[in-house]
Amino acid sequence: MNPAYSVILFTTASGAGYGLLALSGLAAAGHGPASSIGFALACVGVALALITTGLLSSTAHLGRPERFLRAFSQWRSSWLSREGVVAVATYPVALAFLAVWSGLVEAPALIAPLGIATAALCAVTVYCTSMIYRQLTTIPAWANRFTVPGYLLFALATGAGLLSFISVVFGRFQAGAGNFQAFLTLILIFAVIVLKWLYWRWLRRRKPEHSMAAATGLGPGVRQWEVPHTARNFIMKEMGYSVARAHARRLQQIAMLLLDVAFIATFISPKFPWAVAVSAPALLLAAWTERWLFFAQAEHVVQLFYGQEKV
Amino acid sequence: MTTLPAPSAKKLGLVIDLDTCVGCQACATSCKEWNAQGDGGPLTDTDAQGADISGPWFNRIHGYEVREDGRDDSRMVNFPRSCLHCETPACVTVCPTGASYKRAEDGIVLVNPDTCIGCKLCSWACPYGAREYDYTQGVMKKCTLCVDRIYNDNLVEEDRVPACVRACPTGARHFGDLGDERSAVSQLVKERGGFDLLPAMGYKPTNKYLPPRARRETYAAGVAPLPKGDGSVMEKLFSWADKLLSAAPKVEARANPQDNSDKLEG
Amino acid sequence: MPAKQPQVNLSPKGWDEIKTTTCYMCACRCGIRVHLKDGKVVYIDGNRDHPVNKGIICGKGASGIKQHYSPARLSKPLLRVGERGAGEFKEIEWDEALALATNWLGKVRAEDPRKLAFFTGRDQSQGLTGWWASQFGTMNYAAHGGFCSVNMAAAGLYTYGGAFWEFGEPDWKHTKYFLLFGVAEDHGSNPIKAGLGKLKARGAKFVSVNPVKTGYSAIADEWIGIKPGTDGLLVGALIHCLLAAQKIDGESLSRYTNAPWLVIENPGGADDGLILRNAAGTPLVWDASGGGSGGTKVAGTFGTNPSLLGRFSLPDGRKVVTSFTLIAERFATEAYSPEAVAPQCGVPAETTRRIAAELAHTAFNDTVELDIPWTDYLGRRHEKTIGRPVAMHAMRGISAHSNGFHTCRTIHILQILLGTIDCPGGSRYKPPFPKSIPPNVKPAGKPDQVKPNTPLPGPPLGFVTSPEDLLVDEQGTPQRIDKAYSWDAPLAAHGLMHMVINNAAKGAPYGVDVLFMYMANMSWNSAMNVPDTLKALTAKRADGEYVIPKIIYSDAYQSEMVHYADLILPDTTYLERWDCISMLDRPISEADGPADAIRHPVVEPDRDVRPFQTVLLDLGHRLGLPAMTKPDGSARYPGGYPDYIVNHERAPGLGPLAGFRGKDGTAAGRGPVNPDQLKAYIENGSHWFQELSDNMKYYRHVNWDYLDWATFFGFLPRPEPIIHQLYSETLQKFRLAARGHGKVVPPQQHRKRIETYFDPIPFWYAPFEGEMVSGDEFPLHAITQRPMAMYHSWGSQNAWLRQILGRNWLYMHKAKAAKLGIEDGDWVDVTSHHGKIKVQVKLVDGQNEDTVWTWNAIGKRRGSWGLAPDSPEGEKGFLLNHLISDLLPEHEGGYRYSNSDPVTGQAAWFDLKVRVAKAADQTAQSAPQFPALKPVRGKANV
Ligand SMILES: Nc1nc2c(c(=O)[nH]1)N[C@H]1C(S)=C(S)[C@@H](COP(=O)(O)OP(=O)(O)OC[C@H]3O[C@@H](n4cnc5c(=O)[nH]c(N)nc54)[C@H](O)[C@@H]3O)O[C@H]1N2
Ligand SMILES: Nc1nc2c(c(=O)[nH]1)N[C@H]1C(S)=C(S)[C@@H](COP(=O)(O)OP(=O)(O)OC[C@H]3O[C@@H](n4cnc5c(=O)[nH]c(N)nc54)[C@H](O)[C@@H]3O)O[C@H]1N2
Ligand code: SF4
Ligand code: SF4
Ligand code: SF4
Ligand code: SF4
Ligand code: SF4
Ligand SMILES: [Mo]
Repeated sequence: MNPAYSVILFTTASGAGYGLLALSGLAAAGHGPASSIGFALACVGVALALITTGLLSSTAHLGRPERFLRAFSQWRSSWLSREGVVAVATYPVALAFLAVWSGLVEAPALIAPLGIATAALCAVTVYCTSMIYRQLTTIPAWANRFTVPGYLLFALATGAGLLSFISVVFGRFQAGAGNFQAFLTLILIFAVIVLKWLYWRWLRRRKPEHSMAAATGLGPGVRQWEVPHTARNFIMKEMGYSVARAHARRLQQIAMLLLDVAFIATFISPKFPWAVAVSAPALLLAAWTERWLFFAQAEHVVQLFYGQEKV
Repeated sequence: MTTLPAPSAKKLGLVIDLDTCVGCQACATSCKEWNAQGDGGPLTDTDAQGADISGPWFNRIHGYEVREDGRDDSRMVNFPRSCLHCETPACVTVCPTGASYKRAEDGIVLVNPDTCIGCKLCSWACPYGAREYDYTQGVMKKCTLCVDRIYNDNLVEEDRVPACVRACPTGARHFGDLGDERSAVSQLVKERGGFDLLPAMGYKPTNKYLPPRARRETYAAGVAPLPKGDGSVMEKLFSWADKLLSAAPKVEARANPQDNSDKLEG
Repeated sequence: MPAKQPQVNLSPKGWDEIKTTTCYMCACRCGIRVHLKDGKVVYIDGNRDHPVNKGIICGKGASGIKQHYSPARLSKPLLRVGERGAGEFKEIEWDEALALATNWLGKVRAEDPRKLAFFTGRDQSQGLTGWWASQFGTMNYAAHGGFCSVNMAAAGLYTYGGAFWEFGEPDWKHTKYFLLFGVAEDHGSNPIKAGLGKLKARGAKFVSVNPVKTGYSAIADEWIGIKPGTDGLLVGALIHCLLAAQKIDGESLSRYTNAPWLVIENPGGADDGLILRNAAGTPLVWDASGGGSGGTKVAGTFGTNPSLLGRFSLPDGRKVVTSFTLIAERFATEAYSPEAVAPQCGVPAETTRRIAAELAHTAFNDTVELDIPWTDYLGRRHEKTIGRPVAMHAMRGISAHSNGFHTCRTIHILQILLGTIDCPGGSRYKPPFPKSIPPNVKPAGKPDQVKPNTPLPGPPLGFVTSPEDLLVDEQGTPQRIDKAYSWDAPLAAHGLMHMVINNAAKGAPYGVDVLFMYMANMSWNSAMNVPDTLKALTAKRADGEYVIPKIIYSDAYQSEMVHYADLILPDTTYLERWDCISMLDRPISEADGPADAIRHPVVEPDRDVRPFQTVLLDLGHRLGLPAMTKPDGSARYPGGYPDYIVNHERAPGLGPLAGFRGKDGTAAGRGPVNPDQLKAYIENGSHWFQELSDNMKYYRHVNWDYLDWATFFGFLPRPEPIIHQLYSETLQKFRLAARGHGKVVPPQQHRKRIETYFDPIPFWYAPFEGEMVSGDEFPLHAITQRPMAMYHSWGSQNAWLRQILGRNWLYMHKAKAAKLGIEDGDWVDVTSHHGKIKVQVKLVDGQNEDTVWTWNAIGKRRGSWGLAPDSPEGEKGFLLNHLISDLLPEHEGGYRYSNSDPVTGQAAWFDLKVRVAKAADQTAQSAPQFPALKPVRGKANV
């Protein structure tokens, strides 16, 4: 699949935003009012900024962005529509949460429920996003058990990285071994590493389930000899993207390396809090790379008609 | 509208005969032509006289070669591909706007160009590459099964078929109701073993493909290759000619309307 | 809860008017319906009432809109102001353009009319253009036939009075076995496709003989991947098998062919090989039915029973032999046995024998019987029409080889032996065919026939029947610029357009003053040896004048040729003009009856262009050509081409259009001028068709009623049978000349060649280029095919078609590539004895292993056709033409013949031999690249 930057930016940015927002909500539910208005504003503000950037960039992918409102109508069947609905629904709840968490509106009793509601909406949104890809049986690299956890874990990990960073900036980062935040982040990064490792291994080893033979009904000896058009068309541009194996391999290594760096930086962050200045961007970069690969490595069954033997 | 309607009794679609298609592109260009002037707006090409020309087409003809067991040459198959008007197509259900829909009355899958936001998700969901994005209009387009021809009162009855079917010089394209077992297309599918593309995807295409027939290198039973001559070809011919002469019918001079003999003699 | 589904307008009407006319996206000439909205063309489909296409349309035809509105259209007359090829032109008014042309042409006509070479390409108004040339007084006229398929036309017309090339068609309705040789697309593109569809639906067997298995061959029941240039051997072997098994139609051979005619055997004599004739010139046969050893009788008389085989002695001591004996002796030899030919054609002997058996079985055991009584020329009434349902068709795969004439004749012999000509299920004639063998028109242009300011006494093109008809002087020097009808190419019935430019530039046989061309892209895809052709077009004499001083050209688009002309007369598009697809040229007839058609302006030009035919008539009047000028000096056809179409008469009552003649429009064929004829055509869907009655539909060469009818219609001079000429006495006459007999004999240097190739019995010889270059050095055959969705060079300007095919590859067999270390997608050097190109390969296995091929005419010169200079057509597309020499390698004696068939002068495009090797330079651009052409002002940038 063509790794369109608008979509990559959308999923990584909004993922990180929802992760950050969800973790803030959960943290607030556990700890009560924010230590400072600034801290709450920073957490929720950065999160919403990322989410909004992501959503806006996703409209760049639309041919008729001015009609975007129509996208909210088909929540009954369409994950994309559901994502839109939930994403939009998250805003007022998140703002209400910000109001009570920061103390701008004095209602401590509402902090936990609103925090949890926000986190839930974030989770549902990211889940919907992941389901957009998960449901596409036309793209085996997406229609598998790794996609949903992948999106959720990346959202949480990048969110956790950001939260740590903001905590350090606001001096809210706990030094020493008892740092639960760092611990959680470590676990998330570790989970991401394991998941991606498993996913890529699975991708490498998976037996293609669709063949040109089945696509054309012409039997196992079939091969393309003439392209339908010598000019490139939409399908070839959108679905015909292919990334060289070696190149993908290298990018996978880079993503893993970034995750490792983030892991180590997170690991030492209780001792050297400013290590979060390494881990947070490393996580975001890793997410970006992973997302790029998520598209670039994904093969669409339509390729079977355009000369690829197996998908 | 994105949810699928209850399956209709009428399932309009195409049956494409891979045994007869010569790959002439008549269907593809006629389709482009019809739809370029249709209600969906022109199918505009970008960079029309330039290096990277591109434009939406609802029907494209691939060329495949098929190696058969035990032979060292391939069979060449021309393979037109357009929307199959699937019965359970995800291209409809994934659509966030309802622009993509399946008609309740005849199963035709359409895009409403007035409500499509051009998110392209339906094209990702279609296994058959049948959805074509119109870059100039920012909306998704696709084969309409010529819904604006098959019911069109402005056309004479026999022209109420898809443009591609009407054009096809070899008669490799057939249009009809595949929901009706007795229809000509259903019969054809039955007789010729019509098949689905990518059946495992579960989209249940309405369009069917008729497979290339088995090669026919024996003409009729009992026709053995002519024997190898034994070097006496001329001798045998002479005796054949003699027989021919003696067996020549005695033609009685019927009233000979044009008496060549005296005109030419002399 | 499904929401309401959107309302769709199920009955849109995107047009306000539909006009019927004739397609010209190719030369097939289907009927089309042009849908117009606000005066703009919006949709074109096939006309169901049209005899040619019956409603269907092809990929090109449906893309006519884009051609009609092409940005590459020319928009105003242009006069060259810079150097040739530089693309510097100034726009001028029509008056100035016509005055200039008249001035240039008038001078030539007053001095030496030969110095005008007038050549037209893919045009369909040869009735007009040939007549114009003749009126002008130059014999240097031809259309594209010489580089196209004159081998097919000549072989057919000299053998059975018809031809594959547009003049006949398989009986799609009844055929049970169809054998197709070397056809990718054909002139009858749509009818062939429709026909194949019918065969498929009926379950007839379809065998395609073709080195490449695409297109039609892809759907064949059996594909025979023959080595190029060897069909003559395969067909000879089929004949061999049929003879060996005596599976021959003896009855029709002895009645309807010259098989029983007696050939004089008198080695060394002036009459050796001539047909024995009586004093009146009528051929004689041997009739033994009267008892004894028999004696001669006049051929084709009622009651004779001619011997098919045998050598006989005449009372005067001369020896004679039936012509069938000679045919049989040729093909009965081991040289034509399936085993002997197998290694050369690459067809296993077993396959050949099987196909021979299938042909025999179908022809003789699987006959078709129609309840149609008919009467043959002997007056014999046949209660039923019996068909031998084997049909054949062949085109450029046969014709574009230097052995194409004889190969095509061999195919006709096969058809005739099986008795399948014009029978139900066989290969049928399309009126005006059959014609006399050959048609009785002789080319004009002998030295004493060309005079200043005087028309020729006849048409420039025709059919020679003996050396006396050649256009040579006493020394045997060619009279025509293209050397047609000379010893180089005696039966060049369509001229040799591919030789004109290079001959003119060399001054051999002489130079020209004005080269006037119409609708032929002669600086590119229709030229052999493009690089030298470009040099010839721009070569200058010592005094600075161009060697070809003036070039006038009419095109409708910015083709590569436009840049090399001095004066450009911009034509209309096919939807903007009157045209006449006439019985005098190549009509649209069906086997079931004659048909012709018109084009009429369905839209008005939006540019300052004029229809060429009208311009030609105007020029004719300005030049004072007698037939175009009234005695008072005014124009004979002031209304231009439509005026001519209606009012011109070739002979009393015979005009360009056969339909709706006579005052009331009811006469067909022959009849007085009908001033409302064009209106009647338009009302009838722009065509006219008359179905023959059933008794006249078959065996027309010997069908009494038909022959009478055809004579009335003006198709035949007399109602005489058309006896198929297995043995060609015409060829033998040339052979005798080569042996020194007769008044007109070839110069010594040509004698061996004439002696060899004017064999009265068809035979196979290796194509010239393959023989003359080393097989080790150039081991592969290189050929082209027509892509179904492109018409020569025209298609590339078409925004729809160029998406489908915007560049070409060189297709190569996988196994061969593996041996040469070439991989899919590699760029390779392709080298011939003449040149080298660099192109990209694609590997396939549906083709003959020793052959490489590509789509024809996809490669474009950068900057032409209104395309951006970096378009794939120019960057990656390529032509094989750069590799094809216009001349053969040197012969003994140093003379270089043209790269053509020695009998007809047909260009031997497919004789090309090459070697292929991975290129050192793998950059993604084809080579050679010529400087990009500068776009001339066209419609897009007015
Ligand atoms: N290598 C190779 N070369 C070949 C062949 C091959 O098989 N292989 N085939 C040969 C054969 S058979 C042929 S017939 C030739 C064909 O070659 P050409 O006769 O050169 O055919 P086109 O390329 O169609 O060029 C015809 C010209 O007519 C112009 N034209 C189109 N429409 C109109 C019109 O309405 N009015 C006017 N005035 N001009 C118009 C076009 O712009 C173009 O410049 O190519 C030959 N060349
Ligand atoms: N779409 C389209 N239609 C056209 C044209 C066009 O440009 N485009 N051009 C028109 C013109 S001008 C012409 S002349 C006709 C020509 O129509 P065709 O005769 O169909 O011409 P080609 O495409 O040159 O096809 C030649 C075929 O012969 C095969 N061949 C080559 N060498 C041999 C051989 O030695 N033996 C055998 N058996 N086969 C061989 C080639 O593989 C190819 O399939 O088409 C006309 N129709
Ligand atoms: S072919 Fe594709 S676009 Fe058409 S209905 Fe099926 S899934 Fe949808
Ligand atoms: S591109 Fe249009 S039709 Fe397709 S899913 Fe998006 S909104 Fe629906
Ligand atoms: S049915 Fe109509 S829209 Fe669909 S491919 Fe055919 S012509 Fe095109
Ligand atoms: S028009 Fe018919 S023969 Fe031509 S490509 Fe289409 S289906 Fe095949
Ligand atoms: S075959 Fe030729 S004439 Fe007929 S529709 Fe196609 S382009 Fe036009
Ligand atoms: Mo041609």
